[in-house]
Amino acid sequence: MRSHWLARTKYTGGVLQGLTAFACLIIIAIVAIIIGNIVLHGMGKLSWEFLSQPPRDHFTKGGIFPAIFGTAALVILMTVAVIPLGVATAVYMHEYAPKRSRLVNLVRLAIQNLAGVPAIVFGLFGVGFFIEFVGRGLDRGLYGGSLVYGQPAIIWSALTMALLTLPTVVVATEEALRAIPTNYREVAYSLGATRWQMISRVVLPQAAGGILTGGILAVSRGSGEVAPVMFTGAAYSLPELPVRLHNQFMELGYHVYVMSTQAFDVEATKPALYSTVLVLLMLTFLLNFTAIMIRARIRKKLRNGR
Amino acid sequence: MRSSGVLPYRSEVAPLPKLRQTGTLSDRIASVVIQGSAFLAILSLILIFIFIGKEALPVLTSSEVQKEASLSRLFLPQHARAGEAAEFDWQPISDTPKYSLLPLFIGTLKVTVIAVSIAIPLAVAAALYTSEFAPSWARETIKPCIEILAGIPSVVVGFFCLMVIASWLQGAFGWTYRLNALTAGIGLSLAVIPIVYTVSEDAFSSVPQAFREGSIAMGASSWQTASRVVLPAAMPGVLAACVLGFGRAIGETMIVLMASGNAPVTSWSPVDSIRTFSATIAAELGELVQGSPHYHVLFFIGAFLFILTFLINLMGRWCVGRLQKKLQGAA
Amino acid sequence: MPFFWRVFMKGKSIAPFLLLGVGLILAGCGGPNSGEQHRPVTVKGSDTMVILAQSWAENYMKEHQGLTIQVTGGGSGVGIAALINGGTDICEASRPMKTVEKEQVRTRHGKVVQEIPVALDGLAIYVSESNPIQSLTEPQLKSIYTGKILNWRELGGKDAKIVAYGRENSSGTYQFFKEHVLGNEDFAREVQTLPGTGAIVNAVSKDPSSIGYGGIAYASGIRVVPVRKDDHSEAVKPSLTTVRSSQYPLSRNLFFYTIGEPLGDVKTFVDWVLGPEGQKLCEAVGYYPIVQK
Repeated sequence: MRSHWLARTKYTGGVLQGLTAFACLIIIAIVAIIIGNIVLHGMGKLSWEFLSQPPRDHFTKGGIFPAIFGTAALVILMTVAVIPLGVATAVYMHEYAPKRSRLVNLVRLAIQNLAGVPAIVFGLFGVGFFIEFVGRGLDRGLYGGSLVYGQPAIIWSALTMALLTLPTVVVATEEALRAIPTNYREVAYSLGATRWQMISRVVLPQAAGGILTGGILAVSRGSGEVAPVMFTGAAYSLPELPVRLHNQFMELGYHVYVMSTQAFDVEATKPALYSTVLVLLMLTFLLNFTAIMIRARIRKKLRNGR
Repeated sequence: MRSSGVLPYRSEVAPLPKLRQTGTLSDRIASVVIQGSAFLAILSLILIFIFIGKEALPVLTSSEVQKEASLSRLFLPQHARAGEAAEFDWQPISDTPKYSLLPLFIGTLKVTVIAVSIAIPLAVAAALYTSEFAPSWARETIKPCIEILAGIPSVVVGFFCLMVIASWLQGAFGWTYRLNALTAGIGLSLAVIPIVYTVSEDAFSSVPQAFREGSIAMGASSWQTASRVVLPAAMPGVLAACVLGFGRAIGETMIVLMASGNAPVTSWSPVDSIRTFSATIAAELGELVQGSPHYHVLFFIGAFLFILTFLINLMGRWCVGRLQKKLQGAA
Repeated sequence: MPFFWRVFMKGKSIAPFLLLGVGLILAGCGGPNSGEQHRPVTVKGSDTMVILAQSWAENYMKEHQGLTIQVTGGGSGVGIAALINGGTDICEASRPMKTVEKEQVRTRHGKVVQEIPVALDGLAIYVSESNPIQSLTEPQLKSIYTGKILNWRELGGKDAKIVAYGRENSSGTYQFFKEHVLGNEDFAREVQTLPGTGAIVNAVSKDPSSIGYGGIAYASGIRVVPVRKDDHSEAVKPSLTTVRSSQYPLSRNLFFYTIGEPLGDVKTFVDWVLGPEGQKLCEAVGYYPIVQK
């Protein structure tokens, strides 16, 4: 068998192998540079005051507490909306729906592919539907036309983000459900359980890890995405904390964007900007790390058998 | 359920009650709640399709909107000034609003191609190395690295591009425009690498070990095995990775918004500024008056992005399905 | 971690968490009339004015506890669109509203728009600190931004391509510049559009052959170029006197717009802004107080 002349060279294989290793090195180097740069410039301003005070003097002094609180509030609202809906959808599609239904397969396909739709399209939907249509309607119905819900608000941002992350939760839950052997369900039925008893006492606890992972992935995406919240609820400067659903809020990611492009003096706010980025990164990594830990635990449990 | 022969299953002695009819109250409540929530969620997702389509439709149907922004104005060159050549211009706020989509299309294409040409070789090579050649300590380093990269929010990548990379590059190469397609493309590739890597690595891992063992048994070296056995076998998966990466790059907003200059230039040079579809929506979404032609054109762009990324993802997953079938059939 | 597992496993224990979550949400429900003295005042619009509004809001809220003012930028176009859509109390704009826009407000809300000038600005032309250009005439500015003059060489400077930075089309400054300097002609395609004046100043400070425009208050780290009306006039730099007397060719008013007369909390805020404290803050930020009648 004649092999390609390139492959016949004794060292070519090694060289090309080395190139792939080099590619790995480049990627590792890039990540190290970015993280290193941010940590280096961001550590300076990081302090308890930074984390607990509102910003002052056009973002150069004070801290970013309203942004942290706003992000946390957004994420909590989003999670309360998305986890029940996502888990219910996955449970319905996997347990309740007829097995070979073309409709269900179509829906499953649609949901999986919705995960790839750009976040800005969800933002478009959020503005056009939630704010203009639902919000305006609520105002007319409940408040006689005065401006309460027909403007950007944390509830609209949370719902937009919930739609954005719904596919993630549904897919993760379905994966977890699919990983449970059918025997478990048959045994439950054979012991006399009803469908809901089987689901709530056998299936869901088994799938809990996968659901948690999906939830955490959704949360980490929710804390980082800016495009959907830009027009549905985030405010440039709002030292007051969002305590009502119709309040606007400050958000970490949006704050980074705004400080990079619309701040009074971008050079002067650079230290604060770097520190905000650092806080955002730490938050995202904490969440991702938790998801990884949970996933590792599940894998260990499955390998060792229950 | 068949009896195993020794003891009868319950259903043979006394058939299981029909679950739907004789379920307890909690069972029925749970069933209703679950089905209701599922329908609500699915309905909301369908609503997105419908609403965006509905708001984009006036570009095709309403004559009032078409006075400013008909399909021909969106796609064909327009005569802006008497006596000058017909041009493609995006200037929605003007005495004569211009809505040509071509500069946006070229901009999106340029930055996506740049990002993908950087990301795909790097990510596929790294995935190949990780699954075929890497010692376990290397594997334990690069995989978390990729996860970290995947976890970095795109606004942070955009910030890094704008503040650091743009100045480095302009200092090193002396380009005219600090914020251009190449800067944004480099930043964008950082967002594309994780997805290409993950899907490619999955594809390589799913090639059965038997393939490799057979190849080595016939005297092939490690590299020959990887390049002539594993890679071709996993090719549908690698293609899927590229397609999914492409889809991710097309829709990315924040990086391009911050680092590309946002100028609707119709040129093929990679160091000119660009304006992409997603950045246009993000930049102009705030100033939309409901019902204006501008509003409908932006929704038209949004619908276009939606359908495009949806189809791209569909294609990608179909490729992965092909790969699985192929490998399971061959093994 | 283990505790959380056990809690999650026993489905019944989820109930308190869910109840807590739902309870928090219900607590957040309820309109502005329940439990709150005042509902927040929304100020939206001009990026030129957003730093001004931020300063005003910060200080006003310090004096008047219990009242919230939420400020968002995005450009005068964003504010005007929000006003037309009914999504803001006060629209801040760095350009006057067009007749067509005022008509839209009247048709949708049945009230006439109130135009309230709150400050003065001299639209500044920024160049990099290393750029030696002495002054620019308005026709020259027009040629630069419509793409007719492409190199600093043509203006007597070094041989370098002019990189022009501008604002997004949602900006009132963009519109003002287009109307007054470009005579309503289109910007050249190559003009880099950045989302805010801060970004423009940042970019100009880093790019030696660049030029940009924006509110005078943002000018730091760059040079402000004196502007001449035409070849025969004197070069004027923006300052309190030159802007007040309109000697500086690119002087403009900065406005607040409301639907109908401002009422209640909005009125108190607007009056405060027009009063001595508000105008003093205006100067501190870098713009010019309006002439008191």
